Amino acid sequence: MSKIVLQAQGIGKKYILRHQTPGAGRVTLRDKIVEHAASVGRWLSANTPARANPSREEFWALRDVSLKVAQGDVLGIIGRNGSGKSTLLKLISQITEPTEGRITLRGRVASLLEVGTGFHPELTGRENIFLNGAILGMTRDEIRRKFDQIVAFAEVEQFLDTPIKRYSSGMYIRLAFAVAAHLEPEILIVDEVLAVGDVAFQKKCLRRMNDAAREGRTIVLVSHNMLSIEALCTQAVWLHGGRVMGTGEPHRIISQYLRTAFSPLPQQDWQDKASAPGNDQVRLHRALIRPKGGTAADPVRVCDACVMEFELWNLRPNTYLYVGIQFYNDHGILIFESAPVDATPWLGKAFPVGLFKFACHVPANLLNAGVHRVTLVVSKNEDVLLHKEDDILVFEVADSTEKRGGWYGSWDGAVRPILAWDTQLLGADGAVTKLSNAG
Amino acid sequence: MRQTQQAELVIEAGGRASGYWPQLWRYRELFYFLAWRDILVRYKQTVIGVAWALIKALATLLVLTVVFGRLAKMPSGGVPYPLLVLAGVLPWQFFAGALTDCSNSLVAGAALISKIHFPRMIVPGSAVIVNLVDFLISCLVLALLFLWYGFAPDWRILTLPLFGVLAVVLSFGMGLWLAALMVAYRDFKFIVPFALQIGLYASPVGFSSSAVPEGWRLLYSLNPMVGVIDGFRWAILRGPSLYYPGLLLSLIMTSLLLATGMRYFRRTERTFADVI
Repeated sequence: MSKIVLQAQGIGKKYILRHQTPGAGRVTLRDKIVEHAASVGRWLSANTPARANPSREEFWALRDVSLKVAQGDVLGIIGRNGSGKSTLLKLISQITEPTEGRITLRGRVASLLEVGTGFHPELTGRENIFLNGAILGMTRDEIRRKFDQIVAFAEVEQFLDTPIKRYSSGMYIRLAFAVAAHLEPEILIVDEVLAVGDVAFQKKCLRRMNDAAREGRTIVLVSHNMLSIEALCTQAVWLHGGRVMGTGEPHRIISQYLRTAFSPLPQQDWQDKASAPGNDQVRLHRALIRPKGGTAADPVRVCDACVMEFELWNLRPNTYLYVGIQFYNDHGILIFESAPVDATPWLGKAFPVGLFKFACHVPANLLNAGVHRVTLVVSKNEDVLLHKEDDILVFEVADSTEKRGGWYGSWDGAVRPILAWDTQLLGADGAVTKLSNAG
Repeated sequence: MRQTQQAELVIEAGGRASGYWPQLWRYRELFYFLAWRDILVRYKQTVIGVAWALIKALATLLVLTVVFGRLAKMPSGGVPYPLLVLAGVLPWQFFAGALTDCSNSLVAGAALISKIHFPRMIVPGSAVIVNLVDFLISCLVLALLFLWYGFAPDWRILTLPLFGVLAVVLSFGMGLWLAALMVAYRDFKFIVPFALQIGLYASPVGFSSSAVPEGWRLLYSLNPMVGVIDGFRWAILRGPSLYYPGLLLSLIMTSLLLATGMRYFRRTERTFADVI
């Protein structure tokens, strides 16, 4: 068995939450002075029992987490937002201290919790490479030696002496990742950095991580993209509410996680116009998905056409509301986006104040079986974002046995259209030979 | 995080107290790079760049000379009044700048602190270095005034670096306190500029500390900047002999601030990422 390079034993991290009364800022000196005065008071009148402060509450971001990672392993950490993934990475990378337990590390550690940490917008690309390299733990000689490789990887040769505040966001991210990609630590800790850049660049980064793993480096990474976890990792840990729910082979852990992470949300209503999600320009009123001719309580099957309805209040006159949706599958992949492009008389018109309903008709045999999540994006005049509601609808598309030919397994892929097929037997002269009924 | 050369590193609650200084030494290159960054960035996209350091010194010099020399007619002890003032303005401006930058440094570097592990003391340290560079540049004004008044300093000017070091240590010690306090209590954002404004008049910047009545002199020297500025004047202006009890008091105050500052900083450092 190979050497264990990272071991966590029963680690936990506690935060003290302060519930603030409205109007109060963060903890100020005044609070502290009052607190001290109060403790002196308690000390003077020793018979008063110390009361628990109702405005302070303990919160365990992580509890009883134990892990073992061997050299050359790629460990993927999965879990929903707020499950303690980032806290775990922060503890391993020594940014903050555990409240209990211990972590043992063997080897040089580099952590990459954000691309471009320490980048300064006023400095040039060249200067930032040196600065960022030093921040990530490279020595000056090391950076100098790899400088050309970094520049080539980032594809920013022409802009080396331009301040990076003039870079496009793509160039900025490429440069940041290029520096990080040339680190040579024994243990690399990565937080969700693959979610950036264009597709070609993401592939390049994935390849780079694969290479690093093959060279025997140990990688710990957090991602919401189940496909990349499955492709890269040799081991997965699933965190929920700060505790480990499962460890082991990625495919098994991911499917366990996906099964429980799903709580259907086929309909949402907000009755109170003042507190509904949104702002003073637009507020949500209702969202639902139903099979055509059915209600939100009915299941949606692969072979059903379905309708999504969104009702929202337009609170400002003369705005053209532009509504779009993004469809995600359970691997976190954006399958498609949709928005009204024609066929509605309201297109491009000024909307008066009032309640508007937008319906989107999804044809049958488009969505694959599985959990889908819908994000609603509302913008004004097609360019100003007014409101974005993630997971406004979450629903499962049920498998159906219709029109599947002889195949009963699952169909892979983001969508499941039925396409027209022809099958023909070609004779020696290329002519189509008719299938005789007598066959 | 940077290299951890030792074979095994154990992270535990409240642990890791040993090896603090060796670790700081290992991170010297990051310290160098952060200071380099701050120096580079300081005068980017300004037209006259580094000349601002000179202008700041000259403007303060002018105002204080007019107020204390011309209007209040304070004694100068035989040297041109502007020279007397400049010998106070130079260390004061360094001290005020370093203290302001130090106290803001951690909060300004919050992104770095919550994403990367390194000895946090590097951040306020680099703030002091940047102001030291500014200070060295503004020393040019001193050379200018020497030429203008035909004033030649004697051997005592060789002791100037010693008082410079005292100013550095003092501002770093206080800076550590303020930087760490600022992380938890943003009140200091308002306290520091306010205190420095008062400090300009409470310290002998625009006047000689010999103007302070003899009986109050020792008490006055509780302000550690008094020793620093007196030292500068003594070294630059061939001035009257030093007031040694005051200087000693300055030294004691400075070491005390540094020692307690480091202690407080190290004690709170481990929670910076959680609180900031």
